[in-house]
Amino acid sequence: MYAFEYQRAKSVADAAAALAKSGGKALAGGQSLVGAMKLRLANPGTVVDLGGIAELKGIKKEGDAIVIGAMTTHAEVAASAAVKQAIPALAAMAEGIGDRQVRNRGTLGGALANNDPAADYPAAVLGLGATVHTNKRKIAADEFFKGMYETALAADEIITAVSFPIPKKAAYMKFPQPASRFALVGVLVAQTAGGVRVAVTGAASHVHRATAIEAALAKSFSADAAKAVKIPSDHLNSDLHGSAAYRAHLVSVMAARAVAAAG
Amino acid sequence: MGANDLSSIGKPVRRREDYRFLTGSGQYTDDVNPAHHTHAYFLRSPHAHAKIRNIDTAKAKAAPGVVAIYVGEDLTGVNGLPCGWLITGTDGQPMKEPPHWVLAKGKVCYVGDGVAMVVAETPEQAKDAAELINVDYEVLPAVVNPADALKSGAPQIHEGAPGNKCYLWALGDKAATDAAFAKAAHVTKLDIVNNRLIPNALEPRAAVATFSRADDGYTLYVTSQNPHVERLLMTAFVLGLPETKVRVIAPDVGGGFGSKIYLYPEETAMVWASKHVNRPIKWTAERSESFLSDAHGRDHVTHAELALDKDGKFLGMRVHTTAAMGAYLSTFASCVPTILYATLLAGQYTTPAIYCEVTAVFTNTAPVDAYRGAGRPEATYVVERLVHAAAVEMGIAQDEIRRRNFIRNFPYQTPVALLYDTGGYDACLDEAMKIADVKGFPARKAEAAKRGKLRGIGYSSYIEACGIAPSNIAGALGARAGLYEAGEVRVNPTGGVTVFTGSHSHGQGHETTFAQVVSSRLGIPIENVEIVHGDTGRVPFGMGTYGSRSLSVGGTAIVKAIDKIIAKGKKIAAHLLEAAEADIEFKDGKFTVAGTDRSKAFAEIALTAYVPHNYPLDKLEPGLDETAFYDPTNFTFPAGTHICEVEVDPDTGVVQIVNFSACDDFGNIINPMIVEGQVHGGLAQGIGQALLERCVYDPDSGQLLTGSYMDYAMPRADDLPSFKVATKVTPCTHNPLGAKGCGEAGAIGSPPALMNAVHDALAVVGVKYLDMPATPHRVWQAIQTATR
Repeated sequence: MYAFEYQRAKSVADAAAALAKSGGKALAGGQSLVGAMKLRLANPGTVVDLGGIAELKGIKKEGDAIVIGAMTTHAEVAASAAVKQAIPALAAMAEGIGDRQVRNRGTLGGALANNDPAADYPAAVLGLGATVHTNKRKIAADEFFKGMYETALAADEIITAVSFPIPKKAAYMKFPQPASRFALVGVLVAQTAGGVRVAVTGAASHVHRATAIEAALAKSFSADAAKAVKIPSDHLNSDLHGSAAYRAHLVSVMAARAVAAAG
Repeated sequence: MGANDLSSIGKPVRRREDYRFLTGSGQYTDDVNPAHHTHAYFLRSPHAHAKIRNIDTAKAKAAPGVVAIYVGEDLTGVNGLPCGWLITGTDGQPMKEPPHWVLAKGKVCYVGDGVAMVVAETPEQAKDAAELINVDYEVLPAVVNPADALKSGAPQIHEGAPGNKCYLWALGDKAATDAAFAKAAHVTKLDIVNNRLIPNALEPRAAVATFSRADDGYTLYVTSQNPHVERLLMTAFVLGLPETKVRVIAPDVGGGFGSKIYLYPEETAMVWASKHVNRPIKWTAERSESFLSDAHGRDHVTHAELALDKDGKFLGMRVHTTAAMGAYLSTFASCVPTILYATLLAGQYTTPAIYCEVTAVFTNTAPVDAYRGAGRPEATYVVERLVHAAAVEMGIAQDEIRRRNFIRNFPYQTPVALLYDTGGYDACLDEAMKIADVKGFPARKAEAAKRGKLRGIGYSSYIEACGIAPSNIAGALGARAGLYEAGEVRVNPTGGVTVFTGSHSHGQGHETTFAQVVSSRLGIPIENVEIVHGDTGRVPFGMGTYGSRSLSVGGTAIVKAIDKIIAKGKKIAAHLLEAAEADIEFKDGKFTVAGTDRSKAFAEIALTAYVPHNYPLDKLEPGLDETAFYDPTNFTFPAGTHICEVEVDPDTGVVQIVNFSACDDFGNIINPMIVEGQVHGGLAQGIGQALLERCVYDPDSGQLLTGSYMDYAMPRADDLPSFKVATKVTPCTHNPLGAKGCGEAGAIGSPPALMNAVHDALAVVGVKYLDMPATPHRVWQAIQTATR
């Protein structure tokens, strides 16, 4: 690590001001940031710790949505009775992130702000049509994810909570990259109030909606319908762990399995 | 455990080491913190192949906390790191040995090659200063694959090795083999890649080097599997220091698997520099540094052929292998794809004619050397894949083709130098088939097919040569060292026994197993036995632990020292009991006059030896402390059969291991729990190779693409089934323990068992051939290609 200034924010406003003043980075669970700092790939002069801000934690049901505070850990989401009851796919997805140590520290807000191309939460947020609440505004899922590690957030903008509309049914199927166990391809399928949504992570530069599969499922919400969709492989990632063609194939397969699991 | 507990042999005695390992009170090299120590950081080449035009350390030397900075040119009078095994080529010429400088001089040859050592007050300051070192590189084209390195036009890595060739070596009778192929009814041919692996011991490499001006002596704590070898190589061949002035201590070491055998640049540079800075220097590798700089394993490309008669009897085998050495020759690198490989190509079979050629080649990658199995996994993979393919091609059942070719008469002289002392291959095959429930497989396969899944079953009847080695044979084959082992048994006046062994325990549990041997042979409680290892200041010269040699060679040295103790004890007892020495028997911890009940306990004899009042001082020295050096008369030959059952999901390519059964013959077993643990560990590593692990360098830039666990897939508990393991015993005929060794067998037998199972599963969709690792992507691609 390089030397850095550590500040522990007392409130969201405090944190935003500290970030604006210092040009530093917000620290949520540290599961991406601290690792990068240890490798000396990240060198934030100042780190503003959000861990002491009580208003950023908590899970509640508000009408027909589950609202989760940005600093809620994956373990808390996975164990939450409210989430398991209303959106079991979300709890199951959180349970599959990383390992126990990662789940005890990693947060919803951190995962979304980082927007790793293979992270799970972006698929949940985009697939369920969630809304990202920040200290400045509300951002619809379709507007939030811009590119690899890139979101719509401004430099001093802090995610405060995410509101997940409760779907009729949903499931997340993740095909793990054998080494990292991040999603080589992860697909969340949901029947929402606004129709079928299919969000894919791991396959491309960032999470995106598989519109061809959404159209097929709108006609027939069945595993076979999803499996029959041929996803083009251009614009998909190709690396040591899988070619673009393999990822394209897995998108349909995982989508079909998610449909079957959604019930 | 009571006194005279002879029965601990064969018992699963709980490991003594575990208390300190599980409660965090192990003493590892990183736990050593001498007063006023400094920290070293190694600046490593970011390029796979480059000339060093200039290194400017001025700014770095002025950085806060910096004590000194050294580059290759500073190490005057320091030789290159040696290779311990001279391989002579088919042309009668010695292998090419380009210099392996401790810090690079003039050029760098792999990403990770050490360019400078920064010594500073803290590790962060050392790292910060390293970032200020300005190295002017002239980048050169790089070559990372062994086959590519031999092609004309490939970048030349070392002036002294034209065409990047280290040697071309051969073993066997070419004429007889060609004749066998000429009359074959069937020839099976395979092209095989043995995938390169990164060792990944749990504890990274570390060292602490201290020079003492008071006595001009050095103390080196280092993560080594063989501290005496480390000391000999470093002092005599590299630094030109008196061996007597250097003490090397390998304290608790968290796993080695071969990667901690070698003399590495880091500790060598640190020992040298410790005198110049006159303060202790400490270094612990970071994990990414370990990925880059620990010796890697395997990395062979092979063409192999098996000739059979019309009944599936093996007539001949010929093999050509291209083996990567990496950028420089590591300590044992040259013997791994030759002596430890080609000599195992007979496998468990009576193949009468075998010919093997090996071309060893330099590549712009980390040095390659022995890794769990060292040459024997590569050989077993070739043999058992050929046997599987031949059986499929000729329509013979997998167990049947093996039975038609098993060696049954021992001792058996193979056509590839080794003389197998004993074995019982049928028994292991039968038992493995039973515990694998081979009979029930067709029904399981049909049931899986209903679910759209493909089941396959694969066999691997492996053999290995361990307990290395008879020194004269090794020397004739090019070894520059002996391969005996030392054991000193020091009986203390109060009857407790301290054993000093040249073997090193870094996971093997020797402190327990050796204590069991000593306790049972001397008839004393196991609590009264202390095993000491890992310190050149305390232990007689040993060659260390690798090659599954510790029990058979190290244990036998201890047994022979015990024999000397008992012989001397009989003389003392005879004197005390006023009997003839020939009438003294030693049994159950007592020296007894034969045919009487007159006896002396071991403890009494011990005390007498050190308080020699009633004692034949005119004929016998006091004391009871004996040393033995044991040079084995042959290798040992553990063998067995592994059977793996897999279920493949053709939609994703995922291979699930539904069952893994192993029946191994390790000769006599001292501690079955430790043996089972060794088997489990070996199976995990072998399955890791076959299913998950692959070290990849970018073919253009030479960058290590699999530089962390994000990309290098290590086996996890849920990748593995519950292993079903069993043992059969045919005791080794040439050591008093009848022990063959067990440390590597799991890693040797399992890769072909798994890959044969995958091939069996995929045969139905037309996949003929797939290399390791059988990752989901590679399996899926093979299916697509076959079904196109």
